[in-house]
Amino acid sequence: MLRAGLAALAGHWRRHPLQLAMALAGLALATALWTGVQAINVEARSSYARAAALLAQDRLARLVPLVGARLDEADFVALRRAGWLVAPVIEGWMPAGAARLRLVGIDPLTAPPGALALPAGEAGGLAGFITPPGRFLADAATAPAAAAHLPGPVAAAEGVAPGVVVGDVGIVQGLLDAEGQLSRLLLWPEQPAGLPAWQAVAPGLRLETPAAAGDLARLTDSFHLNLTAFGLFAYVVGLFIVHAAVGLAFEQRRATFRTLRALGMPVATLVALSLAELLAMALAAGLAGVALGYLLAGALLPDVAATLRGLYGAAVAGGLALRAEWWAAGLAMAVAGTLVAAAAGLVRLARLPVLSAARPRAWARASARLIGGQAAAGAGLLALALGAGALPGLPAAFAAVAALLLGAALVLPGVLAAALAAVAPTARGPVAGWFLADTRLQLPGLSLALMALMLALAANIGVGTMVSSFRLAFTAWLDQRLVSELYVTARDDAEAAEVREWLAPQVDAVLPIWSVEGPLAGLPGEIYGVADHATYRDHWPLIAAMQGAWDRVAAGRAVMASEQLARRAGLAPGDALVLPGGVRVEVAGVYADYGNPVGQVLLAADRLAELYPQVERRRWAVRVAPAKAAELAAGLAERFGLEEGAVVDRAAVKALSLGLFERTFAVTAALNVLTLGVAGVALLASLVTLAGMRLPQLAPVWALGLTRARLARLELARALMLAALVFAAALPLGLALAWLLLARVNVEAFGWRLPMHLFPADWGVLLAMALAAAGLAAAGPARRLARLRPAELLGVFANER
Amino acid sequence: MSASAPVPQPSAPPSPGGHRAGRGGPAAAVLVAVLLGAAPAGGQGFAGLGSAAGDFALPAPGPFDFPADHGPHWDFRIEWWYLTAVLTGPDGSDLGVQWTLFRTALAPGRGEGWQSPQLWMGHAGLTTPDRHFVAERLARDGTGQAGVELAPAFRAWIDDWELAAPAPPAPGRDALERVVVAARGMEFAYRLKLEAAGPLVAQGDGGYSVKSAAGQASRYYSQPFYRAEGWLDLPEGRVAVTGLAWLDREWSSQPLAPDQTGWDWFSLHLDGGERMMGFRLRDGGAGYTAAAWIGPDGVAEALPPGALRLTPLDRAEVAGRRVPVRWRLELPATGLDVTVAAVNPQAWMATLVAYWEGPVRVTGSHPGRGYLEMTGYE
Repeated sequence: MLRAGLAALAGHWRRHPLQLAMALAGLALATALWTGVQAINVEARSSYARAAALLAQDRLARLVPLVGARLDEADFVALRRAGWLVAPVIEGWMPAGAARLRLVGIDPLTAPPGALALPAGEAGGLAGFITPPGRFLADAATAPAAAAHLPGPVAAAEGVAPGVVVGDVGIVQGLLDAEGQLSRLLLWPEQPAGLPAWQAVAPGLRLETPAAAGDLARLTDSFHLNLTAFGLFAYVVGLFIVHAAVGLAFEQRRATFRTLRALGMPVATLVALSLAELLAMALAAGLAGVALGYLLAGALLPDVAATLRGLYGAAVAGGLALRAEWWAAGLAMAVAGTLVAAAAGLVRLARLPVLSAARPRAWARASARLIGGQAAAGAGLLALALGAGALPGLPAAFAAVAALLLGAALVLPGVLAAALAAVAPTARGPVAGWFLADTRLQLPGLSLALMALMLALAANIGVGTMVSSFRLAFTAWLDQRLVSELYVTARDDAEAAEVREWLAPQVDAVLPIWSVEGPLAGLPGEIYGVADHATYRDHWPLIAAMQGAWDRVAAGRAVMASEQLARRAGLAPGDALVLPGGVRVEVAGVYADYGNPVGQVLLAADRLAELYPQVERRRWAVRVAPAKAAELAAGLAERFGLEEGAVVDRAAVKALSLGLFERTFAVTAALNVLTLGVAGVALLASLVTLAGMRLPQLAPVWALGLTRARLARLELARALMLAALVFAAALPLGLALAWLLLARVNVEAFGWRLPMHLFPADWGVLLAMALAAAGLAAAGPARRLARLRPAELLGVFANER
Repeated sequence: MSASAPVPQPSAPPSPGGHRAGRGGPAAAVLVAVLLGAAPAGGQGFAGLGSAAGDFALPAPGPFDFPADHGPHWDFRIEWWYLTAVLTGPDGSDLGVQWTLFRTALAPGRGEGWQSPQLWMGHAGLTTPDRHFVAERLARDGTGQAGVELAPAFRAWIDDWELAAPAPPAPGRDALERVVVAARGMEFAYRLKLEAAGPLVAQGDGGYSVKSAAGQASRYYSQPFYRAEGWLDLPEGRVAVTGLAWLDREWSSQPLAPDQTGWDWFSLHLDGGERMMGFRLRDGGAGYTAAAWIGPDGVAEALPPGALRLTPLDRAEVAGRRVPVRWRLELPATGLDVTVAAVNPQAWMATLVAYWEGPVRVTGSHPGRGYLEMTGYE
């Protein structure tokens, strides 16, 4: 009985292989996009975790300089001799060919318990590690490349973050030209009782908690949230396909179910068989989906890694490890998705009266009753989106996006039906009237596919608008920011002073680019020194400013704050801000600082040097007639023997910045295209499955005199018309989405708000793509209709029940 | 209680076939082991301590050069400043304190800053009749975190632990005559003023201490006559103490024979004013014993190998091992026949390499107090 039952159920798929293929493809694609995005996120997060866990920095508090990046080794010795258990860490970038290496120097003897896991039993051991030329540790991918640039051998070690090389503190100090300097002191979790306050021993330091040290994960959260949202979105679109295919299959098999029941198969067995069938499909599609997702993640990860490195300075391994948890999670998602998509069908199957007839058409039409309910629910969601859009916080912003998309999708069939009903009275002639009426009749069957298409189109419009708006704003901003013709970095302060003297008589201005790091409003920040010069007064991209803002800055009493800092700390011009070390200044203005995750202020350069005498004075921006710039750069390099990269012209900086920008959105663009592809498949699936059921509707029209070819053309036209209507609905939705992304998500996630621009030309391209997708999807069924044997059409009348 | 080991592959207990160094050796030995990356291996003695001295200087008989010899001997592989004190609390209870600074060289000589091949390790112990506290510190040479200096006054330190003379010595007096010793752990601290009531004592043959029949040796002198006064900080509060202390100074480059597996080492303050130092280096056979009998005037008599008889009487279960905590000591040449019993049998030093070290009570022909160190019990 069981075997006969299974064979009977499977027989349906044998007769409808395309339907099966669609269901599997939809599920596989949904799983693939979801798994791929998750794989990227997991890989990136594991990279952060390794970086944070290196030296247990994710759970140890540390002492860092009050301002600046380095502290004096004497502070380490003083604290140790006062009884504090602290461990020194020096960290910095070392040039390595065209790239850079992140060097981390540690002292194995004072490292906190469990903080350091050096590979044991290797030749040389700890003696080799601390004795010049030293031994170094890096992850397996970094080690071979790093070895060429380091004095000692590099061993592959688990647990070191990608792009990072760990060595002995003394040896790394030498490599970084930082003798006697440290980046921070790790505090052992337990300290002896009765110690003097560390502030009294080393007053130039401040305490940083491990939470603050986990910045990287927090900073990149929004990025990963974006990816996750995309993955989820694609997954939902995929489920639309599965729902359509599986729901239809249930209806088409009503006769089979009825027969099986009549033959004595208990309903529980029937449900169990159907469930088994679904699970088998889910597993097959899930496996394929996970494999696809793995390939997808592998293809996208290099771009994601580049983005994260550029945006946040976060090192992410470029390679992908195949993790067991992806298989598990991917399959679970596939199974869960299938069950959700098929839940309605299963319930109906369980309640199926033994004698009910197969009514695929009735199923399609019965859904029409749903349209009204759906529209109401959709309207509710749209209202919710409006409300959530007004609330602060990233989750609210994403909730608004989700409610907007889902609400719009639910409303779509109702809107289309209303639109068709509205134009129906204007139809001329019986064929046009039939065409519109028949289109309306088909709406319920096509609605899921049309929703998927609209969501994909809207996402495309929305994300495209955001990216293009961002690019416009970013390019304009770069032009404003990068005013100086040359940027020079000397090897040390003394050389920088010489460079300045040498330059001064030949150029219009030599402007300092000095900065120190320090906490601003409780978060990591940068303080830049600026000269009082027209370069800033005339060009700096201010968002808001007080009267005479630059004069206030020049006087040393006020600063300009970056938009990110201003938003985070709720600062407006006229507010007070405390600089590291306790100096209060006024915020004179707020400027755009796209792409920078940390807050920033501009302070008069003299005041900066006065407050933070340790500031490095190595960088200058040079204003000179553009025609003279190249000659001057060559002269500089020759006169001071500066290395490549020490003198950079504006064009190079701009190209670098724009390149970074393009890579940042390469992933977004790729996911966008893939989502559209999924929607195209959804439409194809629906049209193909509906085509088989439409003969009873077409046969009478054919009998009334319409040729098969004309009918086929009408079918094609119907698909194109629906696509155009869907596009019309997707356009406002996409723009609303773009607005949410630009004005809400970006502000919450990155701290900057961008002006929104419209790009009608892009819409034209997208409309063409939508029509092409619909046309392609409809072409197959239309061709079949055109070549249909008249006998089949006649058969409709013969078999009419 | 103990600072746990911050070094890779920490506290790998010596393998059963491993070998132990002389007095103060276990800790220094493991430091060497860790730094050389060598697992304890039978053929070369523990951690290479039994291996050839290589570029390192070798100890030779001869007179000491004070105060220079109080300071580090950079060209020797290992060296220590090892202080133990038997103390009495206000309630008459037996208390004990250990303070040790070990120096280990990866290569002879010093270098600039972090590049110096010298490493420092501190051990501190505090023992009461029912509790035992341990702390351990490690440091690189060359940064100022740890070291030993002679000018302006003697000072040996690691972190905030120190063994230091508060002021330069009066002309003609020894630099170590008046010192302060202090250390701090997570739950304890102590600070004692020490004042020598007798002269420095050269151990072995004029300070040349042979450690095996094959001739392994070290340079070794002691200051066994300190009177101690100060305080101990325990979790429940500060305790004033008085008592006696003993400083050992020893340096060497290859102090062990390859087959020596551990030792039992005694320093006894006898009520008659005499001091006795005795040790047994255990090997596969009868072992190697040596002893010194020091009169109240500081005149020391080195007794020949085998003169001292050591008999374990009782063992206690300590950290999963069976360790002898009651001994019979016989030194027939001096009429000594005593029983030595641990004040606290659980005086386990859970440091990088763990060993037993704690105060003892002496009863029998020559009653008194002292310290016992035992290594190599597995």
